[in-house]
Amino acid sequence: MHVARRLLSLVLTLVVASVLIFCVIEVLPGDPAAFMLGMNAQPEAVDALRAQMGLDAGLVSRYFTWAGGLLTGDFGASYTYRVPVAELIGDRVWVSLPLALYALLLSTIIAFPIGIIAAMRRGKAADYGIMGATQLGIAIPNFWFAMFLVVIFAINLRWVRAGGFPGWEDPLAAIGALTLPAIALALPQASILARIMRSALIDTLDEDYVRTARAKGLSQGGVVRGHALRNAMIPVLTIIGLQFSFLLAGAIIIENVFYLPGLGRLLFQAINQRDLIVVESTVMLLVMAVVVVTFLVDMAYAIVDPRLRR
Amino acid sequence: MKTLALTLAAALCATTAMAQNTSITLGMQLEPPNLDPTGAAAGAIDEVVYANIFEGLTRFGSDGAVLPALAREWEVSEDGLVYTFTLVEGATFHDGTAFDAQDVKFSLDRARAEDSTNAQKALFASIADVEVLSPTQVAITLSAPNGALPFNLAWGDAVIVAEESAADNATNPVGTGPFRFADWVQGDRVEMVRNDDYWGEAVALESATFKFISDPTAAFAAMMAGDLDAFPTFPAPENLIQFEADPRYNVIVGSTEGETILAMNNGLEPLNNPLVREAVSRAIDRQSIIDGAMFGYGTPIGTHFAPHNPAYVDLTELSAFDPERSRELLAEAGYPDGFTTTLKLPPPAYARRGGEIIAAQLREVGITVEIQNVEWADWLETVFRGRDYGFTIVSHTEPMDIGIYARDGYYFDYAKPEFVALIDELEATSDEGARTDLMQQAQQMIAEEHVNAYLFQLAKTGVADARLRGLWENSPTQANDLTGVSWAE
Repeated sequence: MHVARRLLSLVLTLVVASVLIFCVIEVLPGDPAAFMLGMNAQPEAVDALRAQMGLDAGLVSRYFTWAGGLLTGDFGASYTYRVPVAELIGDRVWVSLPLALYALLLSTIIAFPIGIIAAMRRGKAADYGIMGATQLGIAIPNFWFAMFLVVIFAINLRWVRAGGFPGWEDPLAAIGALTLPAIALALPQASILARIMRSALIDTLDEDYVRTARAKGLSQGGVVRGHALRNAMIPVLTIIGLQFSFLLAGAIIIENVFYLPGLGRLLFQAINQRDLIVVESTVMLLVMAVVVVTFLVDMAYAIVDPRLRR
Repeated sequence: MKTLALTLAAALCATTAMAQNTSITLGMQLEPPNLDPTGAAAGAIDEVVYANIFEGLTRFGSDGAVLPALAREWEVSEDGLVYTFTLVEGATFHDGTAFDAQDVKFSLDRARAEDSTNAQKALFASIADVEVLSPTQVAITLSAPNGALPFNLAWGDAVIVAEESAADNATNPVGTGPFRFADWVQGDRVEMVRNDDYWGEAVALESATFKFISDPTAAFAAMMAGDLDAFPTFPAPENLIQFEADPRYNVIVGSTEGETILAMNNGLEPLNNPLVREAVSRAIDRQSIIDGAMFGYGTPIGTHFAPHNPAYVDLTELSAFDPERSRELLAEAGYPDGFTTTLKLPPPAYARRGGEIIAAQLREVGITVEIQNVEWADWLETVFRGRDYGFTIVSHTEPMDIGIYARDGYYFDYAKPEFVALIDELEATSDEGARTDLMQQAQQMIAEEHVNAYLFQLAKTGVADARLRGLWENSPTQANDLTGVSWAE
């Protein structure tokens, strides 16, 4: 029942989102054909290009062509690049998705242990140290940290390139190219996640059942492993879900610093060039990703908390 | 394991050593939207393909001179109406098809056809007919004499394409040039390799990669880290001093065809009054804009003409910086307390940074401007087409474009009949001396009437590895011509 309800709301969200996205983007001032042909273009050349792009059709009919295409997997062709949008997005997903996963992996690997340590040593030196460090991690802008990494590892040490993406033909080089960006993205995320982990764990450690477990002779570590951690996972999972969506679309600044051909940069470029069909499809895809991730997180709640399975 | 690592390291060293001598990686700030120069205005397209992949009948040299390319030579009939071009022999397109007069006819007819989407269709407006005389001879008949035809045909928008491949040039460009297209990773790079069947003199480079890096800081890092061999139009003038101090790099400063102007809406009260426009021009201190917005790079101009052109007249005195005189002019025009209007700024740094300085200078004489930052697409629609603006700052990068002042309904709304007559006469004249005289009259007229406030000629500031030779210093058209580029030992 829970699953069916969630699925229905997922579909409805997507339909509403597609209408909203289409309307908002179509009202942007600026004509893609005029943008392509620039300042010296003759009006009839612009009209010819508009017709070629299919922009002379009405708004409603264009919405249905687009939305119908989404259902069948045909996203149409980019106005500026003249290649299928699906192909364009497909290439970028292979940069953005691995980057988001990489950053998320680093962020959880860092956040979980330090969050747990801080909670278990609440009020002690280790806790203060970790809290101070995470405060700094949140405060440092990630683009600044990214440039700092570039100066050290690319310009001074010359261990890695300053940016760019070589492609997945050489997986080691590809992972290498994503490493600095992933670190730059992971630092603030890990700081946030560690703080959430700490406070969620502290909250559960104050619960009665924890006191009961301790009274029954379980060690502090045993309580955390056996009872508290599992109960602290719900807020942590929520944050991880939100962070993943953010990392997928919100990496644009980091993509710029490392000139990675990711989704964020595609979106930015497409907005500037009024490549409306690319903007619409990319935003729609991101909405889908967010909705699906939220759905999966919901499902994960049910795994950690059996009460939600009903 | 250790041997594997050693082999890998050796292989890596070998490729970098080889790459140093015969390949080049160039940085560009903007990625071309597609690779067909005959179907879009974006300068980034020509920056990749011009002279490298595609060639026209004529071409620009680095000094702006019009040189023969696919046309070996040409003759003009007595009445100036028929141009007969003799084509080079043995040229082929990259897909193996032969180049001949039929391709010339196809390309020119396609560009001027009714459903053409050529961004510079006006270049071909004077062509009445293109006739194939023999496989190596083409006659172009004009409806009226046009001395600028060889110049017009040198533009990237006039390159010769083949009927078989024209439709796919946007993603798979097939030309006759010394490099053939190899790969395009959208958002990252375009790669090309030497065309070993090239009809002309072989080029030194074996391959070239154009990498697209939009962020100025990232561009700096990529140059400093050695990821790029050159960044011919470097986006961060503030960093040039660091490259100048470093013996590994050369800073290349040249000129472009970009007249940077504070455009005024001549159809809008009170800017329709020449006195007010003069007041605006005189309120602006060009040098402080060049220093403040462009870090000193740029040449002051007093009219819409490139200072490196032999026909240029220095008219900066007509609008010399004089705030006192500016206030007098405003009072004389009936605006003793100044007025308020909008200043719409497109994204380039010259506009955004320059706009702040100009706004402050105009405030000194009582003119209040409301700054609005707009994107290019927005600018094209509201300012350029809608003429909904008071002031805007833009660099007109097309070569020899003083003719835009004769266009009816152009965004600054000038098109005075006397000026239109002057430009019509210029187009019909092919004698060089007479053309120079007419061009100078035209420069004088728009400067005296202060149609726009003329700021400076945009400089081309590039950075390159100190061992690279043969990159274009100037930018007569937006291009990265690699035909003469090589590595010094």
